[in-house]
Amino acid sequence: MGDDATFEKFKKCAVDVLQVPEDKVVPEASFADDLNADSLDLVEFVMALEEAFSITVDETELDGIDTVGQAYDLVVSKL
Amino acid sequence: MSRVVLVTGGSRGIGLACARRFQADGERVAVTYKTAPPDPAGAESTAPLLAVACDVTDPGAVDAAFTTVEAELGAIEVLVCAAGITDDGLVLRMSEERWSRVVETDLTGTFRAVRRALPAMLRARAGRIVVISSVVGYLGNAGQANYAAAKAGQIGFARSLAREVASRSVTVNVVCPGMVATDMLAALDEDQTAALASRVPLGRIAEPEEVASAVCFLASAEASYITGAVLAVDGGLGMGH
Repeated sequence: MGDDATFEKFKKCAVDVLQVPEDKVVPEASFADDLNADSLDLVEFVMALEEAFSITVDETELDGIDTVGQAYDLVVSKL
Repeated sequence: MSRVVLVTGGSRGIGLACARRFQADGERVAVTYKTAPPDPAGAESTAPLLAVACDVTDPGAVDAAFTTVEAELGAIEVLVCAAGITDDGLVLRMSEERWSRVVETDLTGTFRAVRRALPAMLRARAGRIVVISSVVGYLGNAGQANYAAAKAGQIGFARSLAREVASRSVTVNVVCPGMVATDMLAALDEDQTAALASRVPLGRIAEPEEVASAVCFLASAEASYITGAVLAVDGGLGMGH
């Protein structure tokens, strides 16, 4: 799972954008069910990640990204 | 605290009137234009408008224009989509090209400008988007099926968007002008214009400034509870629709 510093940075984006407590941002957490994130929240989260990590995420890559862990893996794969 | 305002199609007509009104209200205003930049003559404000060339049918150009405005003035807080064209003809004889170019500019151009402006507004949890449609969008007009389709489309688009972004305090509203004294109306011949004006309850054509005031109201803090609204500024022409 990437490295600690990367996950911390990822977590910070989640906390800032999704307005959830840090301890809820765990790999198994589902955006919709556990973090109360709607589709607009997710888009904003991805935009924030794009900026924070200088990556680009294509719309189609978001299909099937339901959990924090899946989103994190996607980010790491682009670094 | 002045806001950054961008008016697409702001070099003439309704768009320019909106830009001038925002300037008069002390906002920092930029306009995009395709044909020619705004005529500086007749401007009451001493502050120049930031005019950026932009063909809204070109996604790259839209992105570049916005980037220029953001670099010069800052993130866009108010977006007025006034870029539009007509290319009249009967459906029976309307080519693919004539249909497409009006829909591309008027409807898809609106979509492009809005999509490019949204991220900053969502991040700021504040924003005003005003889309200039037309009374023709719901009344229809023989010879303007392409224009009317695009104008009606802007209403469905704006309302859908209003629902999507309301949670971030971004309002999206539509102004439907009737007959307004602009180059677009000058394209009609005198008889057509007189006939249309006589159908207007208020019996005359509007000045662009009369549409601009409605736009500025919807963009103001006073319109904070208004979203998804369609405001007719048509002298009563489209009453009841």
